[in-house]
Amino acid sequence: MGLARRLQNHPRLLAVGYKANLWIAMKLKFAIRMVGEKRLARWLSAPEEFTKRRIFDCKMCGQCILHSTGMTCPMTCPKNLRNGPCGGVRPNGHCEVEPEMRCIWVEAFERSQMMTTYKDELHILQPPVDRQLEGSSAWVNLMTGKDRVTPAGWGDTPRAGG
Amino acid sequence: MLPPPKSDGRLEKVLRAGLFAVTAELNPPDSADPHHVFDAALVLSQVCDAINATDASGAHCHMSSVAICALLTHAGYSPVMQVSCRDRNRIAIQGDVLGAAAMGVHNILCLTGDDVTAGDQPGAKRVFDLDSIQLLRTIRTMRDEGCYMSGREITVRPRLFLGAASNPFAPPLDWRPHRMAKKIEAGADFFQSQYCFDVPQLESFMKRVCDLGLDEKAYFLVGVGPLRSERAAEFMRSNVPGVHIPDHVIERLRKTPKQHKRAEGKKICVEIIQQVREMAGVHGVHLMAYRQEELVAEIVEEAGLMVRRTAGGATPNGWRAGRRPARPGSHDARRHPDGND
Ligand code: SF4
Repeated sequence: MGLARRLQNHPRLLAVGYKANLWIAMKLKFAIRMVGEKRLARWLSAPEEFTKRRIFDCKMCGQCILHSTGMTCPMTCPKNLRNGPCGGVRPNGHCEVEPEMRCIWVEAFERSQMMTTYKDELHILQPPVDRQLEGSSAWVNLMTGKDRVTPAGWGDTPRAGG
Repeated sequence: MLPPPKSDGRLEKVLRAGLFAVTAELNPPDSADPHHVFDAALVLSQVCDAINATDASGAHCHMSSVAICALLTHAGYSPVMQVSCRDRNRIAIQGDVLGAAAMGVHNILCLTGDDVTAGDQPGAKRVFDLDSIQLLRTIRTMRDEGCYMSGREITVRPRLFLGAASNPFAPPLDWRPHRMAKKIEAGADFFQSQYCFDVPQLESFMKRVCDLGLDEKAYFLVGVGPLRSERAAEFMRSNVPGVHIPDHVIERLRKTPKQHKRAEGKKICVEIIQQVREMAGVHGVHLMAYRQEELVAEIVEEAGLMVRRTAGGATPNGWRAGRRPARPGSHDARRHPDGND
């Protein structure tokens, strides 16, 4: 496992990074108005993809909930589950689909237990993925709020992503 | 006071009445002959409160759950329609749900679904547009808010008793009760669990469930089933996702002479039913007898769950989920709340 991937086992550290990121994103909100959403996305998606892919094996779903899932990307679950593990997890904690891989939700659970701030966010009910955002920059979507838009029939919106 | 019923189905009535429910899985045919469904249903319907129509479980293609439900409702049976997220996206599923309710389906079980690689067509595209929790919430919205996920109105709302699956035997074990809580929050009214062969593990799970107060919020049916032999058990353990069979169960079958293996498997199943029946928070059993449907009636009978038909048995209302009424004879005599069948 690469150095970057090993970072994942330090979810508290990553949560600090996340908070910093969130702070910067909120401060940079005005940039959207200045340079335009499209251009900002062009600048940010490459560095976002570069770092997040390296650390989290990020799939660029465009609506990041990493901090709610123990800094473990839910889209790396072969079934793309957003709300927790399926019933197929093997007795050794490995994935039903890929026997060589640990179930990402087993890891998410362990990591979230190590966290302080976002520990309980694992129990938040995550809304369905907006497939239109796939491949776009979650950082920009965080600034515009697009990542928190849920279908009209869904009801309440979840908290900020990252 | 109990909230008003969610459906008009028998399963919900039985559970609300505080009776020990029995559901059973129908093995879907690989055939275009409706009589294969009717024959299987006839055997099961005499001993259970609802028949589960599986949705290509194990990712093996069979007659679809919607079609089986169409046949069953037409013949007057009460099915539990299983819906898995593996093969259909949110548009297809919401349409199926409305159609099912229109046909007279009262119960829907929301599942994630076994992965395509578990089946005989591993090259298929996996959908998983929603996960089981999002699916529950979507159907609950259709029922309670009268609209699709998009917010568009549904003129006549589907009346449904919503089910979810639970696997108390799969890691992360500590999370499983919380996952059940999340499913209840999303809309689950009842649960059907994965096969239970490990009673102590179920016991510690149920204890957590009761501590969290979940037994008061939803009904829990424990999945049980007979093992044919130790070879079948080993096959299931390594090939059917999520099935956990402890070594001592397999050992017990191995020690049994060949001609008695089937009977021993049945006996294990009956013993497990009797044990889980006494457990706090358990409201029924869900029988899965893969290719051994004929055993279901015997198991129900031997476990002392056979229905004693008493004409005119009224529905005693007012019991809360999780409270089994203490009345003489209630232990082995179940009365039909409808009283007419
Ligand atoms: S075992 Fe875990 S990682 Fe694998 S499909 Fe199920 S939830 Fe996803």
